[in-house]
Amino acid sequence: MTTVSLAQAEVLQPSRLTLSLRYLRRNKGLAIGLFILLLLVLFTVYGLATADLKHAYPVTVKNKQPPSLEFPLGTDFFGRDLYVAMVVGLKQTATIGILAGALGTLIGVVLGFISAYYGGWLDLIIKGICQILTPIPAFLIQVIIAGSLDKRDVTIYTMAFVVVLLAWMGPTLVIRAQVLTMKERQFVSVAKLSGMGDLGIIFSEILPNLLPFIAASFVNQVFYAVFASFYLAVLGLGPLREPLLGNIIWAAQAQSAFFNNWWWWPLAPAVALVLILGSLALINMGLDELANPRVRKTE
Amino acid sequence: MIKLIIRRLLFLVMVIWAASTITFFIPRISERNPVRERFAELARTGGFSPAAMEEIIAAYNTKFGLDKPLWGQYVDYVSSIARFDLGVSYNKYPKTVLELIMESLPWTITLLLVTTVLSFVIGNLLGAIAAWPRAPQWIRTVATPFILLQGVPPVVMGVLLLFFIGFRLKLAPLGGAYSTGVIPDWSSASFVWDVVHHQLLPALALLLGSVGGWVLSMRGMGVTIQGEDYVNFAEHKGLGGYTIFKDYYLRNALLPQVTGLALALGGVVTSAIVIESQFGLPGLGRVLDAAIRSNDFLVIYGVVLFVTIAVATLMVIMEFIYPLLDPRIRNE
Repeated sequence: MTTVSLAQAEVLQPSRLTLSLRYLRRNKGLAIGLFILLLLVLFTVYGLATADLKHAYPVTVKNKQPPSLEFPLGTDFFGRDLYVAMVVGLKQTATIGILAGALGTLIGVVLGFISAYYGGWLDLIIKGICQILTPIPAFLIQVIIAGSLDKRDVTIYTMAFVVVLLAWMGPTLVIRAQVLTMKERQFVSVAKLSGMGDLGIIFSEILPNLLPFIAASFVNQVFYAVFASFYLAVLGLGPLREPLLGNIIWAAQAQSAFFNNWWWWPLAPAVALVLILGSLALINMGLDELANPRVRKTE
Repeated sequence: MIKLIIRRLLFLVMVIWAASTITFFIPRISERNPVRERFAELARTGGFSPAAMEEIIAAYNTKFGLDKPLWGQYVDYVSSIARFDLGVSYNKYPKTVLELIMESLPWTITLLLVTTVLSFVIGNLLGAIAAWPRAPQWIRTVATPFILLQGVPPVVMGVLLLFFIGFRLKLAPLGGAYSTGVIPDWSSASFVWDVVHHQLLPALALLLGSVGGWVLSMRGMGVTIQGEDYVNFAEHKGLGGYTIFKDYYLRNALLPQVTGLALALGGVVTSAIVIESQFGLPGLGRVLDAAIRSNDFLVIYGVVLFVTIAVATLMVIMEFIYPLLDPRIRNE
């Protein structure tokens, strides 16, 4: 063995960006997921900036046109330009996903912290409610909620709200479990002994260490919200006038698109959804690896 | 053991109570009045006077107990649930909701059973072999596309399959339970084949959407188990690769997967219901779909409550099966 001695100053500390890029090269799933997501965002932003958004709504263009130069993704039975519908639909899907995801994660973090940090009867109640609600298929309850609403009132914001109502239990249990282990760690005991208050410990000792879990849980929630709102829309329970991806598939099914040779109609939203959920799933797995080194691949 | 059973049964009762309470209160919070909506629709098409309509609505409210205070309705509701009385369908009167469910249930159960068992077996075997160091490379290559597909909802898979296999290649029908114009006759082989043929695409959609999840979790489990001392020990004892794989590795890795199956049930049932409505199969999905389209509220609530109770009950039953598979728990 030869020893190589280097003066401390000669070692170039790579910048944060190069470090992140290097990590992405090792964590291929995360990199591909982020790349697809970036493409989708660019597509949506470009479309929003250049296209005439009115064409995403019925009777604005010539109907039943197959994909062509004028209509890259074709038009549907009701006279919507499917390319513009995809742009608006992607934006609305993102709105629902991020809104419901953020809200669900926030509720989860707050309840998880209260439950784990303070313990006692509060913990019993929160844990009990989560456990009783978990076996109930949330989607079916969402069908009831969405079905009870007046169809004219349903907007993408109500969709996000309906999804969140039954989607905070997962993050609550995850955060609770993490806080429970975290609060027994030595650095928390040290902070306690040095006279730090509860809030100080929560915000400056525990929360920063939980960030990877919160990020993973947020991506998970966004995935779930996109999934759930899509299913609701496929059953015709969404805001029917909006070009939401699920709504387009629902309308195509209702008009028997494949029987009538309008094959491009349901295909565009299906491919868009594969890309969204695929990228989120890849990011989720990648973050899991980041947050939880034990599942790091051995291959 | 008896204490455990009682605790689980109590938990089950709590879950059912919570589900039925939610399905009772949520529709009543909203402003929609199913009876009024129904008659408003009839009045538009049939043309009887609005004054008569108010009278009829009042009569109906008394008949169905809707004029009672909320807690009175709640007590009625809970007691009728306990008697498995889910009410009648507005649209297919005088059929009860339970009759509608029972007619369609065999279809849904068959589809669910076949796809869940197949996906559990294929997914776990593929995942276990993919994590096994001595496995041939091609199995890992086969497993990868399934993992990539696991984020795709079965409905989207359904659209893609319909396009490629049904529309382009014309290998499968585009929907329905059997060809139009065919008279159902379960004794004729050609009719049975026709039905199976129509179930192929929806089953494939469900299967492709769920195999990847099992592959992924089983592969992770397999990697952990390989490092265990008892696997090492078995190798040093000189046991054959197949014996180690089957008795030491697969058996231990499968246990958590059974718990996973119980947890996945809700999602599996949900997907099957949406797939059925997409392909127009005569299962619970189509009942729910028709009810949503025609505002047949009691059917919507009935189907939801029925499936919820079924899923929760199955989950508790699986928990009781678990000790039979794991001797370590059985002995406690």
